[in-house]
Amino acid sequence: MKIKDIAEILNAKVVCGEQFLNREISHVFASDLMSDVLTIDTENLLLLTGLTNIQTIRTSEMADVTNIVLVRNKAASEEMITLAKENRIVMLECSYSMFKSCGLLYQAGLQPVY
Amino acid sequence: MNFNYSVEGGNFSKAGTASSQFKKVLKQLNVDPITIKRIVVALYEAEVNIVAHAWEGKIDIEVDMEKVYINLADKGPGIADINQAMKPGFSTASPSVREMGFGAGMGLMNIKNNVDSLHISSEVGKGTELEMTINLSSIISK
Repeated sequence: MKIKDIAEILNAKVVCGEQFLNREISHVFASDLMSDVLTIDTENLLLLTGLTNIQTIRTSEMADVTNIVLVRNKAASEEMITLAKENRIVMLECSYSMFKSCGLLYQAGLQPVY
Repeated sequence: MNFNYSVEGGNFSKAGTASSQFKKVLKQLNVDPITIKRIVVALYEAEVNIVAHAWEGKIDIEVDMEKVYINLADKGPGIADINQAMKPGFSTASPSVREMGFGAGMGLMNIKNNVDSLHISSEVGKGTELEMTINLSSIISK
C-alpha cells in the first residue's frame, strides 16, 4: 500500500515529504516510546505515534524510519518539519486516536511488526 | 580516525545531534547500513542517557578497519547499582524525560543488544563512563 492510500484511509494531512507519497508501506509500528521504536528492524515501515517533539524525528533518523503519522490530532512543530525534510521523511497529521488509526490500517491489510 | 563530541545535560532539543553527525560520518565511510544502524542506535540511546541524567558529557570515538570504539564519559549523579540499571524496566528518569519518549528503562538493554562489547563504570556523585565496541569485520562476514 502506498502512503497516499494511507493518508486517505486516515483522512490525514501531509505535513512534509509530498514527493515520497508513492512509497510502499507493508508494516506498521505504533508507539509513543522511542526506545521501543529503536528496537525495530523492518523495512517499508510506517510509525504511528502521538509523541510530537524533536526526539520523534531524531529517533526515526537513527532507526531508519522514513514514514510517520502523528495521531490524536497532534501537530508537528517547525523544528520537527525541518529535521524531517532533511532526513527525507514523509510526515502526516491525523485527527483519529491511536486505536482507530491502527484499526483502520490493520483492516486495510497492513501488517504488524510482531 | 578520531571523532569527538560534547553533550549538554538536560538539553533535549539538542539530544541526538552527536549521533546524527556520526551517522553521516559512517555513511561517508561506506559502512554497511545494518552496522550503521546498530552503532547509531547504541550511540543515540547513550547520548540520550547523558542528556537525561547527567550535567555534561563527552563522546570520543575511534574508528579503524576492524571496529568502532565509543567512549561516553559524563559528569553527573552516577549509577548506584549498575546491575539494577541494566534490568529492563528499571528507570530513574524524570517526567520530563518520559515526555520525550524515553525513560522507560529500556536504554541500556538496547545498547547491549546492538554492540559487541559494553563496559560500564560509575561513581556516585561523580559520573558514568560507557565503553562500547562494535566490530566491523565480523558483521560484514555475517
